[in-house]
Amino acid sequence: MGGDFSLWVYLAKTPLLWLTVTLTAYVLADRIAAVTGRHPIANPVLITVTLVGGILAATGTPYPVYFEGAQFVHFLLGPATVVLAMPLYERRATVRRALIPMLTALAAGAATTLAVVIGLARLLDIPQPILVSLAPKSVTSGVAMGIAEALGGDPTLTAILVILTGIIGAILVTPMMNALGIRDMRARGFAAGLAAHGIGTARAFQVSEVAGTFAGIAMGLNAFLTAILAPLALHLLF
Amino acid sequence: MIASLALILLAQLLGEAIARGAGVPIPGPVIGMGLMFAFLLLRDTARIGLPRYLPKALTDGTLETTARGLLMNLSLMFVPAGVGVVGRLDLLRAQGPKLAIVLVVSTALSLLVTVLVFRAVAALVEPPGTDGEP
Repeated sequence: MGGDFSLWVYLAKTPLLWLTVTLTAYVLADRIAAVTGRHPIANPVLITVTLVGGILAATGTPYPVYFEGAQFVHFLLGPATVVLAMPLYERRATVRRALIPMLTALAAGAATTLAVVIGLARLLDIPQPILVSLAPKSVTSGVAMGIAEALGGDPTLTAILVILTGIIGAILVTPMMNALGIRDMRARGFAAGLAAHGIGTARAFQVSEVAGTFAGIAMGLNAFLTAILAPLALHLLF
Repeated sequence: MIASLALILLAQLLGEAIARGAGVPIPGPVIGMGLMFAFLLLRDTARIGLPRYLPKALTDGTLETTARGLLMNLSLMFVPAGVGVVGRLDLLRAQGPKLAIVLVVSTALSLLVTVLVFRAVAALVEPPGTDGEP
């Protein structure tokens, strides 16, 4: 018993345990997703989060202890955003040709998202602080948290809403586009990146590299536009 | 491999410095993405002959392989933040059903409007038959 305890004390102190749990759960989730033929519901983020969340609950591990180990994985979000330049560069001719549809869709999509979120939240009587935290939810988490904070919202709540939005978008996008009969991978990817940021982009890369490229661009552009539009929209619609 | 990682981190670091220094609302890594794009353009401009002065890993395809490896596993990187959701479900409980409606409806409409506008404008400005890759 004493030996077991000292092993636990050792493991709880180094990043080794939770880093290993995160990677192993992800490999398992990826296998499950592959077995289902990358079915949208078998979203790898959703499965991994459920697995790891279950383990944390079962062992009574507080989230900060887990994050201490998992932060190395979290850190890679930055470098992964930087290397989105690679598919963008390799397909720059395709991207340049689609500039006008992209910018129009960006303006329409960002404005719709804000109007629907604020309008619906008011209709449902969602309290103001939560509403402010909701407004930037389609934007990648780091920027969304900054926007919410500047507007007087709760950045932690925003981070949660951003992740949930990403998972919802990644699950919805493929069945919706198929139902609409849209085969243009540029348009499908662009919508996924705009509505569901990095998680939508990850889903888009699973489907096609063209879709992933356009999703990455949409994610970057929407972060910029929503940072400007969100304060205006909250001011106008309130 | 290490040279590629160093370059990627350098782009992010510079992006972060620019974002904070200039106080622009663009996230540092997104500026880093722009810097990386500029680097690739310069590298492949024959006139300058930059590859002669660069480590081999940045020109022989290792950089591309590293980038692809990161992008193939983009889902993994959202896990640590996502697990935070599980720990804070209580925060959502009070407004749960209402928030679920807002999130699902707005995300669906956002996807719908974006894709339809993209296709409508593309159909207007592009010659018929253009559908993604040439």
